[in-house]
Amino acid sequence: MKMKITAPMQLILSLLLVLVCVSNGFAIEFNKKTYPQGLTIVHVERKSIPAVAVSLFIKASPLQEPPEKAGLANLTAKLLMEGTKGLSAKELSEQIDFLGASMGASVNYDYTQISLTFLKKDIDKMMQLFAEVLLHPAFDAREVERKKQQIKGALKQREEEPGYLSEREFRRLTFGDHPYGRIVEGSQDTIDRLTAEDIRSFYKDNYTPSEAILSVVGDITFKELDELINRGLAEWKSPGPKKLSPQGNKGSQPSYGISVIDRDITQANIIFGHTGIERSNPDFYALSLMNYILGGGGFASRLMKIVRDDLGLTYGISSHFSTNLFKGIFEIEVQTKNEAASQVVTEIRRQIERIQKEAVSDQELSDAKSFLIGSFPRRLETNRKISDFLAVSQYYGLGDDYIKKYPEYINAVTKEDILRVAKRYLSKDKYILVITGKKDNIDLKAIK
Amino acid sequence: MKRIIYTIGIFLVVLCFNAASYGSISEHLLSNGMKVILIEDPNSPLATFQIWYKVGSKDEPAGKTGLSHLLEHMMFKGTERYGSKEFSNIIQRNGGSDNAFTTKDYTMYFQNLPSNKIGLSIELESDRMKNLLLDPKEVRAEREVVKEERRLRYEDDPQNMLYEDTVAAALKAHPYRTPIIGWMSDISSIEREDLYRHYKTYYCPQNAFIIVAGNIDKKEILHDIEARFGVLKNPTEKPQRTKTQEPVQRGERRVFLKKEAQLPYIIFAHPVPNFPHPDSFALEVLSNLLSSGKSARLYKNIVYEKKIALNVFASYSGFYQHPFLFFLGGTASAGKTALDVERAIIEEIDALKGEHIPEKELQKAKNQIEASFIFAQDSTHAKALYTGIFEILGDWRLKDSYLEGIRSVKVEDIKRVAKEYLRPDKRTVGVLIPIGREK
Repeated sequence: MKMKITAPMQLILSLLLVLVCVSNGFAIEFNKKTYPQGLTIVHVERKSIPAVAVSLFIKASPLQEPPEKAGLANLTAKLLMEGTKGLSAKELSEQIDFLGASMGASVNYDYTQISLTFLKKDIDKMMQLFAEVLLHPAFDAREVERKKQQIKGALKQREEEPGYLSEREFRRLTFGDHPYGRIVEGSQDTIDRLTAEDIRSFYKDNYTPSEAILSVVGDITFKELDELINRGLAEWKSPGPKKLSPQGNKGSQPSYGISVIDRDITQANIIFGHTGIERSNPDFYALSLMNYILGGGGFASRLMKIVRDDLGLTYGISSHFSTNLFKGIFEIEVQTKNEAASQVVTEIRRQIERIQKEAVSDQELSDAKSFLIGSFPRRLETNRKISDFLAVSQYYGLGDDYIKKYPEYINAVTKEDILRVAKRYLSKDKYILVITGKKDNIDLKAIK
Repeated sequence: MKRIIYTIGIFLVVLCFNAASYGSISEHLLSNGMKVILIEDPNSPLATFQIWYKVGSKDEPAGKTGLSHLLEHMMFKGTERYGSKEFSNIIQRNGGSDNAFTTKDYTMYFQNLPSNKIGLSIELESDRMKNLLLDPKEVRAEREVVKEERRLRYEDDPQNMLYEDTVAAALKAHPYRTPIIGWMSDISSIEREDLYRHYKTYYCPQNAFIIVAGNIDKKEILHDIEARFGVLKNPTEKPQRTKTQEPVQRGERRVFLKKEAQLPYIIFAHPVPNFPHPDSFALEVLSNLLSSGKSARLYKNIVYEKKIALNVFASYSGFYQHPFLFFLGGTASAGKTALDVERAIIEEIDALKGEHIPEKELQKAKNQIEASFIFAQDSTHAKALYTGIFEILGDWRLKDSYLEGIRSVKVEDIKRVAKEYLRPDKRTVGVLIPIGREK
């Protein structure tokens, strides 16, 4: 069955033209419109190349899954690309590939993202395929089985990556039973349990336009886009009030301590950290600067300077706050030869203590500020980057003036703020430490 | 962090380019003969500065593999004027990012900056082209960093390690056989003197070129580049280049790697010509036809239909100065063996040689190459990068003939190159055999 064309949607609730600038005069002009069924679109017309990038964010993630069905959000998203009511999986990929285009779906802890990239000449065709995939997925039982086997196989293969093993364990210890405590793909056991019926029901409950964000950037006018949406997505309706997530805000207590995963490898793959902050936390900006100085700023960071540049103990060490709708994580990741693991952990703890006790220097703070503000335009260089950025900023409610306000948020942070957030959000003693490496060669006793 | 982007064939996305339609390109010579290529793009708020040195792992003396790559690392460890890592700190403080990578043929350094800050690159890059310190203490520390990088990328990654073994077996004479990062014991043996000799031989105006792309003032930037780079002197001698040619392969070669791993994995490597050999275009289209997208033959038949492999690939890049390899391979599904994957891939190659290839399938592969070229033009860095790759191969203008070459490929060409190059006797097979954990 091909897509139905229904009457255009009634009224435009809001149509905004937002002009945002950053300090050096760089500006991005975007249109914003919310449709009656709740879908918000953001749009930038940009003629740098004759192509278009699309990102759709839907509130469907592990937060909406029951724990025994972990991996359901991911499997549902992957199945979108495996056939619709009108096109088999093979026909669908054949049509997309023939245009040199791409369409894919992925899931993270907070949302499902469908991404498309295509040439301007293929706008009608690709938007039609997009609507078909989004509104009329087949969820054929054979395709479900096939995809389950593929995901299980890929998970097994990832166990060859020491970094993955550390990350999986770190999440489990940090979040326990909370959905953030597991891998988005689920586990071999939970994937086995998923059925086509589970997928249909998850899709019906969660793939709704209310709270969805559609971001479109490239060589397309707003009028063209508006017509395409009225024609293609008009029948996308919300079934009613959305069910609350089964787990929502419920958390569990972190399991502090050291966990070692024994593998016959030459390096210890270390993750040191604990819970972090949610994206809406107003300390986000002070933490961004503090983290840049501690370990987020590449060679400008203290950890890189000491552990790589001075000691030669690693190729890479970095710290980051990964923020989410609910509590995120703070982690420091590093790989070093097994024998040096305890020395590196000691250094990490020393640097956390230092940034909690001493104010950062004026130069450090001003360098961090000028990087975060000055590099902002580079985060918005291509159609794809702008499209994703706008979707993220809408999804997390950062405000339509976010690009304009960002330098203000950063400039307002003081040295005292850095010290305050370091004390409040970091801990050198209550930590979760995961090491994947050769246990016999790691001096665990030296780690306190 | 300095990340090294290896151009390992397997992971190299095939990209194609013709920047001419998306920005005006001009070429200039400085008074000492150094070439400068400018790509003007008034719509971009950004600019990229790239300096390309024509030296890579193929230029290293025996026993010193990894020398070019270690020198690349040392370029960030200070000059008389700027201390270790000060280069990167200055760039970041100005809202920029910088990095570098080493390949078999060249070493490239770049900074992406707001366009009014590009003068920093000119000053800092000209300084380290002439005044590198190579402090012995820093050399010792950085050797350890590179050894950690090697552990991360190869020693603890079974599939990458098999790739390294397979390339070394597929080529027995040509210096492309050695890994860019170097063998572990070679890295340990590189001294300050080795680095200094390499630096003095290859880091000079006659062996480098500059590309600047973005929102730039052509006149002003050329003036600044002449003032800083035009005054640098060339050594009296030109660097020696390898004359080694890989002998013809007569019969299959096979290597095994037994290592802790989850799933069996296999790689085939076949010697093939490089760009602009007439067959390079058909080989490029062939690799796309086999494995680009979920509708491509290898995925559709081996992963989707038969479920023998978890993933499969065909990979070819003609962008080498010397002939290199065409790769095929894949990871076995749970319960399947490397031999199952091997048989399935061979079956597909045989089918391709013998059966009719629909015109539409050929067109699809060409469309994918052309579209990916257009998508890549959205970034000033990528535009400059593709221009530089062709300059390394002889002349940046070659990129115009590249897409024409792709467009002119016929079904018969695909079958012909498959028969010519993907023969069993011209194959090196690498097999990863997972072993259980040693207690």
